[in-house]
Amino acid sequence: MALSPTDVARLAGLARIHLTAEELERMAPQLDVILDAVAEVSQVATHDVPPMSHALPLTNVFRADEVRPSLSAEAVLAAAPDVEENRFRVPRILGEGA
Amino acid sequence: MNRLEILRATAAELGAAIAARTVTSVEVTRAFLDQIEAVDGRVHAFLHVDAAGALAQAAAIDERLDGGEKLGPLAGVPLALKDIFCQEGIPTTAGSKTLEGWRPPYDATVTRRLQEAGIVILGKTNMDEFAMGSSTENSAYGPTHNPWDLDRIPGGSGGGSAASLAAFEAPLAMGTDTGGSIRQPGAVTGTVGVKPTYGGTSRYGVIAMASSLDQPGPCARTVLDAALLHEVIAGHDPADSTSIDAPVPPVVEAARSGDVTGLRIGIVTELGGEGYAPGVEQRFREALDLLREAGAEIVEVSCPHFRYALGAYYLIMPSEVSSNLARYDAMRYGLRVGDDGARSTEEVMSLSRAAGFGDEVKRRIMLGTYALSSGYYDAYYGSAQRVRTLIDQDFDAAFQDVDVLVSPATPTTAFKLGERVADPLAMYKSDLCTIPSNMAGNAAGSFPCGLAPEDGLPVGFQVMAPPLADDRVYRVGAALERKLAERWGTGTLTDQLADGEAGAYLNLKEA
Repeated sequence: MALSPTDVARLAGLARIHLTAEELERMAPQLDVILDAVAEVSQVATHDVPPMSHALPLTNVFRADEVRPSLSAEAVLAAAPDVEENRFRVPRILGEGA
Repeated sequence: MNRLEILRATAAELGAAIAARTVTSVEVTRAFLDQIEAVDGRVHAFLHVDAAGALAQAAAIDERLDGGEKLGPLAGVPLALKDIFCQEGIPTTAGSKTLEGWRPPYDATVTRRLQEAGIVILGKTNMDEFAMGSSTENSAYGPTHNPWDLDRIPGGSGGGSAASLAAFEAPLAMGTDTGGSIRQPGAVTGTVGVKPTYGGTSRYGVIAMASSLDQPGPCARTVLDAALLHEVIAGHDPADSTSIDAPVPPVVEAARSGDVTGLRIGIVTELGGEGYAPGVEQRFREALDLLREAGAEIVEVSCPHFRYALGAYYLIMPSEVSSNLARYDAMRYGLRVGDDGARSTEEVMSLSRAAGFGDEVKRRIMLGTYALSSGYYDAYYGSAQRVRTLIDQDFDAAFQDVDVLVSPATPTTAFKLGERVADPLAMYKSDLCTIPSNMAGNAAGSFPCGLAPEDGLPVGFQVMAPPLADDRVYRVGAALERKLAERWGTGTLTDQLADGEAGAYLNLKEA
């Protein structure tokens, strides 16, 4: 299928990982080899075989909607990269001038 | 008990001695902390040693026992915890730069159960980043070295936990197994490692890699020790929605019994032959002879779809990885770089993930992103899920005929550090034999079965049992352990390391 560095750059964008040109060049053939090796999987199972997402035949598990103790705001914010006014401070989320 | 007696004892023996007050938990804990101090510079099994915390925990157990309290069989016994389990206030990295310096605000269910059983946590062990790897070379903090040969890999991802056992730095350890991360390190270090039935142990507070496959499990030097630890950590947990609400299989009873009379054991035809080291196949066959001697019936069983398991795994696992690791967004915890006031959230996120993740993690996230992207979903992820069904059906058919399935735990013994780093596919093949059980979610374990004649390195014997029949894994493991001990005239395989030339630096020989 031959993934090009351009394809890999698009995937990296979707995955929110900034890759350098050198990493794109290096990773494209590696991903290609792996995808080639796993491609035979698509030839094995026909569509009459049901997909298995999970080892156990579980359906959703619910609990009663009751208030329970939870972590304090202080504990939750303790590992934050940046905190402002007792909240997570994040970089700007809108475009320039917004 | 003197230093040597403590370090060479089994966890069961230590627990009994501590309960009988012939030794204190503090004395035992101090002996293992000293061993870590003496040898971990070479082995690098630990990312963090919590000496003060461990000694305080040990002193608290001693006080309760002195007060006449009756505690469980492992109370006061130390353990090495894989750095993937959250432990409140203790640095937890999962082997990643992204989580450097992170201290979890809560305990994993497994961590809590260990502490409730009075088990003393010595520290956190090294692992491949986010459990992705078979050698610990993907750890952001440098590899762990195999105690049998320091130039070789200790397996992965749980190489630190397995190495800590082989180097007698701890009598017990915890691992997690997504595609073999407990069993393959167990095999290449001559130790015992069991992956319980999926849902048998709680994933709550375990840093996620691939949620439909991840499963915590026990690591030890003996089968009984692993079973005792299994019993401590297993059982229903309402905080994990995939936890099984059923009694824990009688694993300790099975490990004590080791009776395989009349048990039908199936050799998986597809897990052998080309690509398997001669010494691995030889020791595997000898182990089968011993089990036959012990009264088991050995037959051969074909599981034709196992040859597609690796391929299906490398689509399903990366897909789940790409989704699970989206949480490292540099906003709530973890590494953030490039936040200069001008860059957007998305730019900071991309730069932070690039700086925080290693190559293998990036590769798997991109593979998963590709396999799940529109237009490819059905051909890749969809097909892999259907192959997963076929593998499960192979197991079901086989278990109609036999009680357990067996194979080598890994095709080769420990390879050299650096040997497979540039070839991801060669690295992935280390897990050829272990992946099928993760796909089906059944129980499986690796047990030491000798040293390969060509390189003198440990070989692992894998036992696979139907879901919730974890006790059969221990029953077969115990039978094998007993027969091998008779044949060798020593205790465990790791005793041979302690008594031999290769293990001289461990300083475990009687003067």
